[in-house]
Amino acid sequence: MPRLTDANVTIAKEIIGRYPRPKSALIPILHLAQEQDGYVSEDAMRHIAELLGITPAEVYGTATFYEMFKFEPVGRYCINVCTNISCQLLGAWELLEHAEHHLGIKAGSTTDDGMFTIEDVECIAACTEAPALQVNYRYRYRVTHAEFDLLIADLRAGGLADEIPPHGTLARVRQRTPQNWADTGRTAQAEVDAR
Amino acid sequence: MSDETIDDTDGTDVDAATEPEPEPKRTLTVTVDGRPFEAQPGSMVIDAAIAAGSYVPHFCYHPRMTPVGMCRQCFVEVDGPRGPMMVVSCMTPVAEGQVVRTDTPQVKRAQEGVLELLLVNHPLDCPVCDKGGECPLQDQAFSHGPGESRFVEQKRHWEKPIPISDLVFLDRERCIQCDRCTRFADEVAGDKLIHFISRGNDTQVMTFPDEPFSSYFSGNTVQICPVGALTASPYRFKARPWDLDQRASTCTTCSVGCRTVVQSTRDELVRYQGLDVESVNWGWLCDRGRFNFESIGSDDRLTTPLVRGESGLEPTSWTGALGAAARLVTEALESGGPRSIGILGGARGTNEDAFAWAALADALGVTLRDAQVGDGLPTEVLGLPRATITDAANAPTIVLLGPDLKEELPVLYLRLRDAAEKRRSRIVELSSVGTGLSRYAWKRFPYEPGLGAQAVSAALADPEVRDQLARGPVVVVAGRGNLAESQEVATATLASLLDGLTGAGASWSVLPALRRGNVVGALQLGMAPSEGAGGGLDVLRAAAEGRLELLVLVGSDPMADCPDTDLARRALAGARRIVAVDTFLTASSEQADVVLAAAAYGEKDGTTTNLEGRVSGVVAKVTATGTSRPDWMIATELGLALGHDLGFGSVDDVTDAIATRVPAYAGVTRTAVARNVEGVLTEAPLAFLPPASSSAGERNNYDYRLVVSRTLYDRAVGTATSPSLAHLAPGPAALVHPLDLELVGVSAGTEVQLVGARSSVVLPLHTDATVPRGTVRVRFQQGGGSVGELVDASTPIVDVRIERL
Repeated sequence: MPRLTDANVTIAKEIIGRYPRPKSALIPILHLAQEQDGYVSEDAMRHIAELLGITPAEVYGTATFYEMFKFEPVGRYCINVCTNISCQLLGAWELLEHAEHHLGIKAGSTTDDGMFTIEDVECIAACTEAPALQVNYRYRYRVTHAEFDLLIADLRAGGLADEIPPHGTLARVRQRTPQNWADTGRTAQAEVDAR
Repeated sequence: MSDETIDDTDGTDVDAATEPEPEPKRTLTVTVDGRPFEAQPGSMVIDAAIAAGSYVPHFCYHPRMTPVGMCRQCFVEVDGPRGPMMVVSCMTPVAEGQVVRTDTPQVKRAQEGVLELLLVNHPLDCPVCDKGGECPLQDQAFSHGPGESRFVEQKRHWEKPIPISDLVFLDRERCIQCDRCTRFADEVAGDKLIHFISRGNDTQVMTFPDEPFSSYFSGNTVQICPVGALTASPYRFKARPWDLDQRASTCTTCSVGCRTVVQSTRDELVRYQGLDVESVNWGWLCDRGRFNFESIGSDDRLTTPLVRGESGLEPTSWTGALGAAARLVTEALESGGPRSIGILGGARGTNEDAFAWAALADALGVTLRDAQVGDGLPTEVLGLPRATITDAANAPTIVLLGPDLKEELPVLYLRLRDAAEKRRSRIVELSSVGTGLSRYAWKRFPYEPGLGAQAVSAALADPEVRDQLARGPVVVVAGRGNLAESQEVATATLASLLDGLTGAGASWSVLPALRRGNVVGALQLGMAPSEGAGGGLDVLRAAAEGRLELLVLVGSDPMADCPDTDLARRALAGARRIVAVDTFLTASSEQADVVLAAAAYGEKDGTTTNLEGRVSGVVAKVTATGTSRPDWMIATELGLALGHDLGFGSVDDVTDAIATRVPAYAGVTRTAVARNVEGVLTEAPLAFLPPASSSAGERNNYDYRLVVSRTLYDRAVGTATSPSLAHLAPGPAALVHPLDLELVGVSAGTEVQLVGARSSVVLPLHTDATVPRGTVRVRFQQGGGSVGELVDASTPIVDVRIERL
């Protein structure tokens, strides 16, 4: 199981430097680990504990609080079907069952080709657009069975690559990470050194 | 010489602790169920209510830990600006004029509601649960619960129980998530190896996968668990609480002297629990002290006296054995006089044991005696201004010059760690290798073995340290951090530190970190070397040189205890005759001519003295194994056989004699010991450290300087004969800095040869980043290639080469 790559350790150190206490950098670095491997491995958690000077149990305790951190490999696309009350009344169970049949897996598991994971989730705050689902946390509203099939076909064909990045990709946390400094000539190492 | 500064990352200061109180502390008047009560400011409503006599049910609240308000059981009603309101009493501080009610119908309803919820997923397997009968959840469900549950659904199920360490089992179905164990691991022990995971509907206490809860203090979580979720393997299914019989006692595994409750059933020790006393252990115990009761009932215990015959040691009667021992004493006195007899020991027994043996030695005129065998400090260290544990934990500055307290005096480690974490104290550590307290140290002054005096100079020259010393009392925790460094060097380093502190105008006192259970009591009660007679090492040297007709070992095991194994071996071979008083046949006592079977801890009454000089009681809870007898009784009977009536008919006679004859123990009457759960403090007469010089020679570039230090779990008799603890010893190893491992050119775990001036041993080589370069650390008494073979007590330090095999 992989630890963080050298490049990611550099980024992690930069993130740690932003906080008065190293421990505060835990969540961003967990995201980094998930982006690297698609899930947070035990070795990554050990490595993060070393970097932050805390115990692996503390990393584990925090990480397992968040449903969005995965601890075993998941598909390239995580499909979260909401089964909370509004969606349920408008056919969420049927949609989930259709999804399971269509992909040939049970909710909570991943297709053999590693493309899709289906999960049933609690309310995703789209009750006016029920039944709703998310693909890697991008919404799809009022989903019919046919639309679901179409979505899967599009994802398999790579048609939605621009809109929906692979599972684990960091989008918002990235704004201030070293890659964005390329045009300013700064490097992460220089930033760490400066601190 | 370099010093490292450990930053206070959150920038707070300990200044506040040293400033005089702005005004005398006053109390706050609160009303509890109509009765006025004077509460301490800063205390919680639950403390006030319980102290005022109104019991408030609770699970998560523990007076020694931060309140968290997890269980919601302690609801009470407090009058607020908008009328009465329900508050969680463990999270609400007392306030002047507060009106608290603990018995209203609303409170009762809230308590019933919370209990019904707590019991929703609780399995109610009380009939097969170890906690049943002493379970706060069970008790409070009866006293404060609704009586019936409305829950008819399926309860949550987990695999049960699962081991979370070698000693502790976790049953997640019984857990009510009170956060006591996890808070203990975090706040008290500093071993954050258990944590709540999967918070939410599946919240559970868990370790990281494959990283067990291997804390030295794990047993405390079992004791404070308010349900049967955590159980300890040595006690599981051994007894029901109502079949237990218990007495308050004192742990003598090390010299901290934690107060305990010793519990037995059917004349067998089955459990020790920590007793909460403010001055010593706050209710905590280390796992070694908690679980080594197993050794008392060990099958290997000596059950009868033994006398050497044609075919080795043979069981015999007490009359025969005492007669044989008396003959050996008489022969020795006749052929060599009292100077040809040496007595070692006393540190493993009670005050009464040590005093009786010292009285016998006095009667015989034997001056060669010591309770230590080159593994401690000169007795005079006890006559220095003495600090208590509480003094140390409240001192602005604690200077550590001695052993790794986490390994040797674990509960003292907890107290000092607490002082540093709560920012009452700053720790200045002088040591050759990293210790358990290093990460809590404010400043560290590492030094090469033998060059401690240089670290002392560096520390005292540091302007920040000098400022710090001016802030108030300084407590020096002094002991032997490195058994390969001679006692002379350790003494010289301590003397230079104390001189330096005096020079710096600091008001210092010393907490002696001598390890063995009753070493302080033994030394204070006459088992110390008399002036000019030389200490334990001199006794061994005299024996080795053939000058001893008789060596008496009173629970002393030089082969295991003396850092210099070769000296111990030559001493046992060189003494013409040996009489041993012991609970087991050890590497030393098996060489004796007469072995007198001694009663062990838990089998005899008496008192013990801890490192502060605090005397508290130890009790007989079970019948002594076989025909074994307490040491004091053996001394008395041997005295009678030799025509010296020591005048002791019972252990109480000895306790009384100590109070009458030893000035420092004048206040240590039986009544005083029985009445004071905190024990009775004694003071040794003022003394000065003997002059000592240290001169560590130059070493060449191929050498490593040797550090020999103890670990909590080793091959000592008490742990080796406790099945639950025996396999926890880390095993023999030599530890070097990772870069030195590369230099040696082997991979970690490879066996190498450590070559010293006198001998060599083979040990697996491992890395330890806390060992500085050029130093090799070997754990003492771990079996395998005994590192004691390399140690020469007569040289200041030991240098070794590391050679590949």
